[in-house]
Amino acid sequence: MNLYWANWSDFWAMGGYGLYVWGSFGVSALVIALELWSLRQRRNALQSHLEASS
Amino acid sequence: MNRPTWSYFAAPQRFYALCGTLVPWCFAIAVALTVYGLYIGLGVAPTDFQQGESYRIIFIHVPTAWTAMVLYVAMAFWAAVGLIFNARVAAMLAQAIAPTGALMAFLALWTGALWGKPTWGTWWVWDARLTSTLILLFLYIGYMSLRAAIEDERRADRASAVLAIVGVVNVPIIYFSVKWWNTLHQGASVSLTKSPTMAAIMLQGMLVMALALWAYCFAVVFARARLVILERERGAAWTREHLPQPHAAGLSP
Repeated sequence: MNLYWANWSDFWAMGGYGLYVWGSFGVSALVIALELWSLRQRRNALQSHLEASS
Repeated sequence: MNRPTWSYFAAPQRFYALCGTLVPWCFAIAVALTVYGLYIGLGVAPTDFQQGESYRIIFIHVPTAWTAMVLYVAMAFWAAVGLIFNARVAAMLAQAIAPTGALMAFLALWTGALWGKPTWGTWWVWDARLTSTLILLFLYIGYMSLRAAIEDERRADRASAVLAIVGVVNVPIIYFSVKWWNTLHQGASVSLTKSPTMAAIMLQGMLVMALALWAYCFAVVFARARLVILERERGAAWTREHLPQPHAAGLSP
C-alpha cells in the first residue's frame, strides 16, 4: 500500500479542504483528550475525598 | 469456582475487577487500530472523484455517528435491565455510557457540519437525519441532567432509565431517516442488506476506524464504570481494599 501524497504540504493542504478535514480530526482528538483528562480528574477527586474521610 | 454466568458479574466488586482487566487491553487495541485506520484513511486512500479530499471526513464522521447510535441502544438496554431486574451494576453501566455517547453524538454533528459546508454549501440544515441526530444529543444530555438532579442514586437510576427507554425510539428514526424522508443527507453507503457503494480501500479505512472507536468506547466506559462503582459503593466493605491507605497509623479515627 503506497502513500497517496507526494509531499507533506499536499498532505496538510488536503486539496484546499484542510480547514474542514483537520477541523474534524483535530476536534475529535481534542474531545477524546478532554474526556480522558476529565476521567483522571474525577479519579483524583475521588481519591482525595476518600483519603480525607478515611 | 464455577463457570461465570452473566449474574456472576452482577456483584459490583466482580464487575469492578473485570473492568480493571479489560481497560488496558481495550486501550491498546484502540491505539493500534487508530494508527492503522488513520494511515489508511489519511495516507493511503485515494481522493474521491466527486468531493475531492473533503471526503476524508468520512473516516471520523461515520464511526462517531454509528457509535453515538449504538451507545444509546446499549445505554437504554442496561438501564432497562437495571430497572426490570433491580440490578445496580446494570444501572451503573448505563450511567457510565452516557457521557461518551453524548461526546460521540456531538462529534458526529461537528464533523458533519464541517463536511456539509464544502459539499452542500451549508453548516447545518433542518434535515431529518441531522435533526434526529441533534435530538439524540439532547436525549443524552437530558439523561445526564435528570440523573444529576436526583439526589438518591436508586431513584435517579429508575427515572433516568425511563427516559433512556422512551428515547430509544429515536434511534431507528435516525437510521431510516434518509429513506423515510427526502433528505439532503446522502443514503447509507454501507448497509447490512446490500454490498457497499464505495471503494474497497475507503471501506477498509472506515471499518478500521469504526473498530478503533469501538475499542476506545469500551475502554473509556469501563474506566468510568469503575469510578461510578467506587463513588456509589464507597460505604461497602469491599471498596476499602481499593482505597489508598492512610499515610500514618493513628492519624485517622
